[in-house]
Amino acid sequence: MQHVSPIREPLVTGGKTYHDITEDVCRQVEAKPNARWAAAFAVALVGLAIFLYSVYRTLWYGIGEWGLNKTVGWAWDITNFVWWVGIGHAGTLISAILLLFRQKWRTSINRAAEAMTIFAVICAAMFPVLHMGRPWLAYWVLPLPNTFGSLWVNFNSPLLWDVFAISTYFSVSLVFWYIGLIPDFATIRDRATGPIARRAYTILSMNWTGSAKAWSRYETVSLILAGLATPLVLSVHTIVSMDFATSVIPGWHTTIFPPYFVAGAIFSGFAMVLTLMIITRKTFKLEDYITLEHVESMNKVIILTGSIVGIAYTTEFFIAWYSGVEYEAYAFINRATGPYWWAYWSMMTCNVITPQLFWFRKIRRSLTATFIISIFVNIGMWFERFVIIVTSLHRDYLPSSWAMFSPTSIDIGVYVGTIGLFFTLFLLFAKFFPVVNMAEVKAILKSSSEVKHNHHAHANTMHGTATDSNTNTHHSND
Amino acid sequence: MQDRIKYWKGIEELENTPEFAKHAHNEFPEFLPVNETRGESSSAGATPARRDFLKLLGFGFAAATLASCEAPVRKAIPYLNKPVDLDPGVANWYASTYFANGDYNSILVKSRDGRPIKIEPNPSSTLVIGTSPRAQASVLGLYDNNRLRTPLIKGKEAKWEQVDREIASRLGSVNGKVAFVSSTIISPTTKKLINEFGARFANFEHVVYDANSASALLGANGGVVPGYDFSKANIVVGISADFLGSWMAQSVFANQYIQKRKLSSDKKEMSRHYQFETIMSLTGANADVRVPIKPSEELAVVTALYNGVTGQGGSTTGNFDKKAIANAVADLKANSGKALVVSGSNDPAVQTLVTAINQAIGAEGATIDTAAPFFVKQGNDAQMLRLINEMNAGSVGAVFFYNANPAYDHPLADKVVSGLKKVGLKVSFADRVEETAALSDYVTPDNHYLESWNDAEPKRGILSLAQPVISPIFMTRQMQDSLLKWSNNKTPFYEYLRNNWRGIASGDFNKFWEKSVHDGVVNGSLFPATTATANTLTAAAAASRANKTAGTGIEAVVYETVAIGTGAEANNPWLQEMADPISKATWSNYVAMPRKMADEMKVVQGDVLKVKLANGKSIELPALIQPGQAQGTISIAMGYGRNLETMPVAKGLGANAFPIATVAGNNIIYSGKVELEKTNATVEIAQMQTHHTIMDRNVVQENTLANYKKNPKDVTEYVRLATHEGPAKPSTISLWDDYEYKNHHWGMVIDLNSCIGCGACTISCQAENNIPVVGKQEVQNRREMHWMRIDRYYSAVEHEEGDYATMEDPAENPSVIFQPMLCQHCNHAPCETVCPVAATMHSSEGINQMAYNRCVGTRYCANNCPYKVRRFNWFAYSNNDKFDYNMNNDLGKMVLNPDVVVRARGVMEKCSFCVQRVQLGKLDAKRENRRPKDGEIITACAQSCPTNAITFGDMLDPESRVSQLLAREQGERAFHVLDELNVQPNVTYLTKIRNLA
Repeated sequence: MQHVSPIREPLVTGGKTYHDITEDVCRQVEAKPNARWAAAFAVALVGLAIFLYSVYRTLWYGIGEWGLNKTVGWAWDITNFVWWVGIGHAGTLISAILLLFRQKWRTSINRAAEAMTIFAVICAAMFPVLHMGRPWLAYWVLPLPNTFGSLWVNFNSPLLWDVFAISTYFSVSLVFWYIGLIPDFATIRDRATGPIARRAYTILSMNWTGSAKAWSRYETVSLILAGLATPLVLSVHTIVSMDFATSVIPGWHTTIFPPYFVAGAIFSGFAMVLTLMIITRKTFKLEDYITLEHVESMNKVIILTGSIVGIAYTTEFFIAWYSGVEYEAYAFINRATGPYWWAYWSMMTCNVITPQLFWFRKIRRSLTATFIISIFVNIGMWFERFVIIVTSLHRDYLPSSWAMFSPTSIDIGVYVGTIGLFFTLFLLFAKFFPVVNMAEVKAILKSSSEVKHNHHAHANTMHGTATDSNTNTHHSND
Repeated sequence: MQDRIKYWKGIEELENTPEFAKHAHNEFPEFLPVNETRGESSSAGATPARRDFLKLLGFGFAAATLASCEAPVRKAIPYLNKPVDLDPGVANWYASTYFANGDYNSILVKSRDGRPIKIEPNPSSTLVIGTSPRAQASVLGLYDNNRLRTPLIKGKEAKWEQVDREIASRLGSVNGKVAFVSSTIISPTTKKLINEFGARFANFEHVVYDANSASALLGANGGVVPGYDFSKANIVVGISADFLGSWMAQSVFANQYIQKRKLSSDKKEMSRHYQFETIMSLTGANADVRVPIKPSEELAVVTALYNGVTGQGGSTTGNFDKKAIANAVADLKANSGKALVVSGSNDPAVQTLVTAINQAIGAEGATIDTAAPFFVKQGNDAQMLRLINEMNAGSVGAVFFYNANPAYDHPLADKVVSGLKKVGLKVSFADRVEETAALSDYVTPDNHYLESWNDAEPKRGILSLAQPVISPIFMTRQMQDSLLKWSNNKTPFYEYLRNNWRGIASGDFNKFWEKSVHDGVVNGSLFPATTATANTLTAAAAASRANKTAGTGIEAVVYETVAIGTGAEANNPWLQEMADPISKATWSNYVAMPRKMADEMKVVQGDVLKVKLANGKSIELPALIQPGQAQGTISIAMGYGRNLETMPVAKGLGANAFPIATVAGNNIIYSGKVELEKTNATVEIAQMQTHHTIMDRNVVQENTLANYKKNPKDVTEYVRLATHEGPAKPSTISLWDDYEYKNHHWGMVIDLNSCIGCGACTISCQAENNIPVVGKQEVQNRREMHWMRIDRYYSAVEHEEGDYATMEDPAENPSVIFQPMLCQHCNHAPCETVCPVAATMHSSEGINQMAYNRCVGTRYCANNCPYKVRRFNWFAYSNNDKFDYNMNNDLGKMVLNPDVVVRARGVMEKCSFCVQRVQLGKLDAKRENRRPKDGEIITACAQSCPTNAITFGDMLDPESRVSQLLAREQGERAFHVLDELNVQPNVTYLTKIRNLA
């Protein structure tokens, strides 16, 4: 049992009742899609079509459709992969770490953030498969018993660690997200009027009864999964960074990479959550649930992680000079002044300079400024991966092999296409799934004494506490 | 106690029923449910029968489905009567001779299952030890899908009988002169035959015409190429003579030259090489002192040298480096009898003076073998010019073209074309309808040289034979047989050849002949003694012309590249995709210009320039900034600008530069005045290397001879890492366990002092390892597939340490260094650890292996390779119309080495140390119950190197050359590239030493 100070700002504004929450969240699911959603979905489908076409070209003709060459063996593919994985991190951080730290403000955003995680990981997972020369043999990277003889995967390879890291991350995130959805699905099921919807949500809700025992198990599983997901926030991007850190390429071979990548991932993830949240709260009129407080809290995380990333950039430069390794020194001089200087300075501007504007409270609490800066951070973090991958590779050890990389339309198509794929999935989610965790948000409503309860007898049973503990057992069907 | 205990296998045994006792001794005492599965069991109920039915149904379905997925049937048809010396899967080698455009190679042709697949050097040869790149690529010419399949009459396919009938009748009534135009023929028998063929005509002339002629050289030396011997020359002075790359007999001269350049702590002397030239040639890149001069200054340079060595005074005009001249003169004088001057100029005055200089420095009889001249260039410009005039005058009745294509490659090609219209009978022996054949009445395609008998005498006293290694693939006929036929001579050329050789046989001819065919080379001479024609020009007269050179304007040089030569083999995709040793450009020619000129014209690389010729014509080509190109000059390679359907590979590449050459008197001068005009177009040049300086990195090492003489242990910079115990060798600090090599440990040593950068190894590797050709666009995309490349670095302009921007610029006249780069077969290979599926791994013999079948194509290994030697199959390069080269047609695929798999799309590949050769060598030795001997197993690159720069062998065998070389050079010249990474390569390089003046 915990005490919430009455002077603390309410996490849900607008004097919402439990019923209001249900109504506000279910409205999207139950009503006909609005025009804005339909327009957005159409655009997303165009993106998806671009994705499918680009993937067709890549699979049918070969990786040669991309702009890669003998020197630059990875470029947009792995840049996009790392970018998408990074974006996914915010969802896990919000739902798992903030749950463990009992940060109540997370409840209204964790659902969408987790969905974003899952869709981002789906997008990310496209690249390790697509970038293979023979993607139809992708299952060879799994340690499956086989009839090829004593063939086994190479456990030394960081790419194999990636396989484990990403697949674990995806499954844990998916389960965590789905478990959280079950009570809300039950709510929608109970309200559903059409037979198809009822049937669908019955299946999705796994016959949730809302009994005390069910809630108890729900809470326990959530906690266990949060515990499982927490190390993943740190481990996934650590392992992704090892793709580079364990190599011999100057600019990749850096021990700073694991913490730097994790910070960068949270940084980019929060930016993406903000981008999506600002749109969602507007489109679905969820201003009372996703409040300025949320935006400000997330902006604080962005300042922190953005600064960590900035320090990491500086440290890399310092070490390149201090180590006295000529190849490393050149790799960093080349980043800042070589042919890809524009990518480097885009990264520096977007990732290091723009987030510092959040030191101003006014900017931190401005939705417009936040939205713009979040886009900047998304761009900057894409460039960070591009800079790391392409500028390190294109001029490595032997000057005879130095080369330039420029993307083809198919490179661009695959990238833009995954954004289309992401938004297709996200918009479907937003339409058919409850975008806010009703059950958990109800738990953080201010105590009944401050709530106008006109037509809700049940509300009285909830007075006094607003916690994540298993005391709130009766409201799911409101 | 024991025997009282009884164990039962089951209750049945305890009961011991009669039923049980009956079956107890069978292998399966229980009742086998065989009948049940058939559904016949009387005791079985309805349920098992249904299940069995479903089982059978399922099996039947699966079996039927599987049976319908039939794999394509590939038929291997066995020999009905197996040829005696041919075993399927076992290669045979036949000695032969490659000669084209002055390039002579004594070769062994590797033949598998009746198909020649690889050109290898003939170890019996005394002239050459490797091959040239063109010789390597020549095997692909055999499988050229665009060769003529039948003879042609007026462009229409015809039968040989008809062609023979018509030509014979028309020759009987020929009016006027009969001319047989050929490029240099070094076959004494063929020459004899041509003369016999011509004897029946009243007016017959064998016109010898070389597209890139050495007419003036011949004129100044009694009609032959002097018997140069670079291996005896301490001082070599070259004036516009690319004797290592494309001048003539490059494999021979490279072999001679390098003998004086090899160093060890026991032999610390090497030759000094001065080169005065306009273009940056392969030879100039190897010179110790290189002086850029304009073509018009050649005479002045030679005159200055002449005046210097003869002690005559005289002023020297020209803007070139006078100090270098003085040094060269001093060196030449000090090394009298041990020096050699050669010039590639086609100006009689220059060549007259060069001959005089060689006489003055005592070269004749020392570094020039006067008794044994070369016959590799015989073209006579005057003869051809005269013929063109005669044709235009209408006095030529019949003309034959054999390996000659003047309608394309003569500077007066227009006059050749107009003249041919007035010739009654025109016959071409071309293998395809090229420019001259298109104007001929009859095209009677000659065999490929691998389908023909022939002989050759490249140098007096050295004979060599060519034998057919495959029956003619098409309905072609050897030129010699055609001539015999048209002379009503029933002897086949093979008999004619044998008969001609009877004269030099000693003892039993058949034995002699068999040995000669087997060895490929014989000592002896078949060319009649030449009567030296006196040079009408005297040295003094020539020298007096020197000061007449003047004039402004841009001087353009037409030169021959190492790969394409004069363009006869332009349809060979291996040669088109071979990087030029200097510019690293492929698939086109270009205007090579000095940076200063480019800056003045505000031209950047790739800008298309209009080159306006003196005769009013113009050609358009992209510019390439060429360090070392003489100021005020440009150079353009010959052999491009083909527009023939019969040369689809070469079609549309570059422009024809032959019209730039000018006719001066009786000689063709391969340079001319041009004007340049910048156009708005740009064309990207497909270069395999786009960054040209070493960026002050220690990846390739060089030092001076003076330092080497002082202390050989001081010429190589070794990396030492700082540890708490003081500086340590990188290999002593390791996280990894070392591999244990018990049987073999293959290794390679590459001597940078011996490597001349010619690129023969790269083409040899391509032929051996089925490396695909990817085409111009893909080379531009930096996706060439060559497993072996020659890195070429120019020295940078003067710069301060750490001034990265400046050090990217090559110096105006840079020193050049070549570094063959291939998979280093690291013992701690970065590629091996990162592959998720273990597709690349280390062999127990130190070879870094690729299992193509296992590769899923993540390219992580290529990214993590510090040497960037891994190549990825971005597309399917075989059976793909987008890559319509030899791997896209059944004929072209014949060249593929059956021992090496053709890689699929999406798979990584790289140098395998020719693992197929290693395995074969081990198997051969095992069959004979012995260890492989050193030198038996050799990689394709090491084998074809014309200068023996590459040594391959077993490092565990202390007697092997590679072990001894490593032992000798350890701590002196031996170094590993990127030693500090501690990847422990199995390839070791030896520091290059320059003998600076």
